[in-house]
Amino acid sequence: MDTHTDTDTAVVAGAAGFADTVRLDAAAWDRTGVLPATVVTDAGAAGLLARDLPRRYGGADASPAAIGEATARIGAVCSSLRALLTVQGMVSAALGRWGSAEQRERWLPALATGAAVAGFAATEESAGTELAAVATSIEPSGDALRITGRKRWVTFGATADLLLVIGRLDGAPAAVLVEGDRPGLRREPVRGQLGLRAAQVAHLDLDGVRVPRSHLVAPAGFGLSHVAGTALDHGRYTVAWGCVGLARACQRAATAHAVERVQGAVRLADHQLVRATLGRGHVAVTAAEQLCRHAAQVRAVRDPDAVAATVLAKYAASRAATRVSRDAVQVHGAAGCDPDSLVGRFLRDATVMRIIEGSDEVSELHLADHAIRAHRRSGAAAPARPGPVAVPS
Amino acid sequence: MSVSILRGMSDSIPAGAARPADVAATVRAFLAEAVGDAPEPDEDMFARGTVTSLFALQLIAFVENTFGIEVEPEDLDFANFRTVNAVTAFVGGKRAATSRG
Ligand SMILES: Cc1cc2nc3c(=O)[nH]c(=O)nc-3n(C[C@H](O)[C@H](O)[C@H](O)COP(=O)(O)OP(=O)(O)OC[C@H]3O[C@@H](n4cnc5c(N)ncnc54)[C@H](O)[C@@H]3O)c2cc1C
Repeated sequence: MDTHTDTDTAVVAGAAGFADTVRLDAAAWDRTGVLPATVVTDAGAAGLLARDLPRRYGGADASPAAIGEATARIGAVCSSLRALLTVQGMVSAALGRWGSAEQRERWLPALATGAAVAGFAATEESAGTELAAVATSIEPSGDALRITGRKRWVTFGATADLLLVIGRLDGAPAAVLVEGDRPGLRREPVRGQLGLRAAQVAHLDLDGVRVPRSHLVAPAGFGLSHVAGTALDHGRYTVAWGCVGLARACQRAATAHAVERVQGAVRLADHQLVRATLGRGHVAVTAAEQLCRHAAQVRAVRDPDAVAATVLAKYAASRAATRVSRDAVQVHGAAGCDPDSLVGRFLRDATVMRIIEGSDEVSELHLADHAIRAHRRSGAAAPARPGPVAVPS
Repeated sequence: MSVSILRGMSDSIPAGAARPADVAATVRAFLAEAVGDAPEPDEDMFARGTVTSLFALQLIAFVENTFGIEVEPEDLDFANFRTVNAVTAFVGGKRAATSRG
C-alpha cells in the first residue's frame, strides 16, 4: 500500500514494541513517582513523541488513526508514559500550528526526538475549568517579556525543558514559551497524587522570568482560544485513546482472572454475575474504541466537527476506563487491591482522566450544546409539526 | 452542518473563483448554526456571548475545509474573523493568493 499506510503500521508497531519493553517497570515508576530520564530518551529514540509532526521537523506525519492506536498501546501499560506522549503532542501541535517559523525550526525537531520535554502550564489556583480567569502576567520590558504567576498541576512540570505558559499580555490571553532553565522559575513537585503518579507533576512559581519577545506564540488575544485550544484538542484526542488502551488492558486482565481463579470448585467466569460484568465491559470498551475511531476519521479530513467529536470520544473513553477498571478491581478481589495491581493503578489513573482535559461536566455542557444545535438544524429542515394533541376534557 | 455537502462545495469551487456573495452566504449558514442565528454582515459575532470556547477553532477548520485555504499564524488577526464580511474578505484574499501562487 502507500507509504502513509506503511508509516502508520510502523508507528503502531513501534509503540506496541516499546510498551512490551516497559510493561514490567510501570508499577515501580508509579510507586516511586518517577519516570526515569532514560525512559524518556528511549521513547524519543523509538519515535514515540510528536509522531504526527511533518517529516521536515523529524515527525512521522502519521494519521490520526495511527496516533490513536499507538497511544492506546502505551496507555495499556503506563498512564504516566502515555501522559508524556500527550503533553509532548499538545505542545508540538500548538507550536506546529501557531508557532512562528523561527519557533517551529527551533523547537519541533527537539520535541520530536525528546531532546526537549514539554510542559503545558495553564491551570492556576483560581483558573481550572474557567481558564479565561488566568492571571499570570506577561509584561513587555524592553525587548523582553517578564512573566509572573503561579501555575498548578503541570504534568512533567518537574522535569520539562520547555513550558508553554498561558497568561495575560495587555489584558488579553496570551501564550509564551519559557525554557526550563530561565532564572526565576521555581518548581515544586507534587507527590503521591491519586493518579498519574510517575508523570512528574509540579506546581510552578514564575517570579519575573524574562524571555525574548520572540517567545510569544501567536499574537496576544489568541493565546487561549487558538494556542491553548489547539493543545487541549490534541490532548483530549490522545487522552481518549490512552483511556481505550487502559480499558482494554483492564478488560483483558479481568477476563483472564475470571477464567483462571477458582473458588468453591467453581471458576469465577462460571458465575452469571461475573459474566455479566465482563459483558458490560466488552460493550464499554468497544463503544469507546468506535467513538475514538470516528474522531480519527473526522480529524483526518479536518472536519469542523472534529473538535466536538473529540470531546465526545474523550468523555466516553474516560468513563469507559473508570467503569472497566472499577469492575476489574472487583473481579480481582484482594488481588486488585495489591500495591502493584495493574487494575488498581489504572482505576486511580482513570479517575484523573475524568477531570483533566475537560471534565465530565464541562464535556456534557459542550455535548448538549452540540445536540441542541443539531436539533435546531433538523427543526429548520423538517416540515411544520402538528401542535400538541388536544386532551378531551 | 452537513460536512460532506460543504466538502463537496469546496471541491467544486476552483481556487479564486468563488463569488463573494456565495462565500458570504456559506459563512452565514455556518455561523447561523454555530452561534445561534445568522449574524448581520458587519455584526461582531464574538460580542454576542453565544460563542463557546471551542468556536474559534471550529471557525478556522470551517474556512479551511470549505474554501480550501490554509489559515497561517500570520493570519491571526481579529480583523479577519470578527464579522461575516471580514471572513468573506479574508477568504477572498487567501483564495486569490492561492490561485496566483
Ligand atoms: C494529575 C493531574 C495532571 C494535570 N496536568 C495539567 C497540566 O499539565 N497542565 C495544566 O494546565 N493543568 C493540569 N491539570 C489541571 C487540570 O487541568 C484541572 O484540574 C482541571 O482543568 C479542572 O480544574 P480544577 O481542578 O480547578 O477544578 P474546578 O474547575 O474547580 O472544578 C471542580 C469540579 O466542578 C465542576 N465544574 C466546574 N465548572 C463547572 C461548570 N461550569 N458546570 C458544571 N460543573 C463545573 C468540574 O467539572 C469539576 O468536577 C492536571 C490535574 C491533575 C489532577
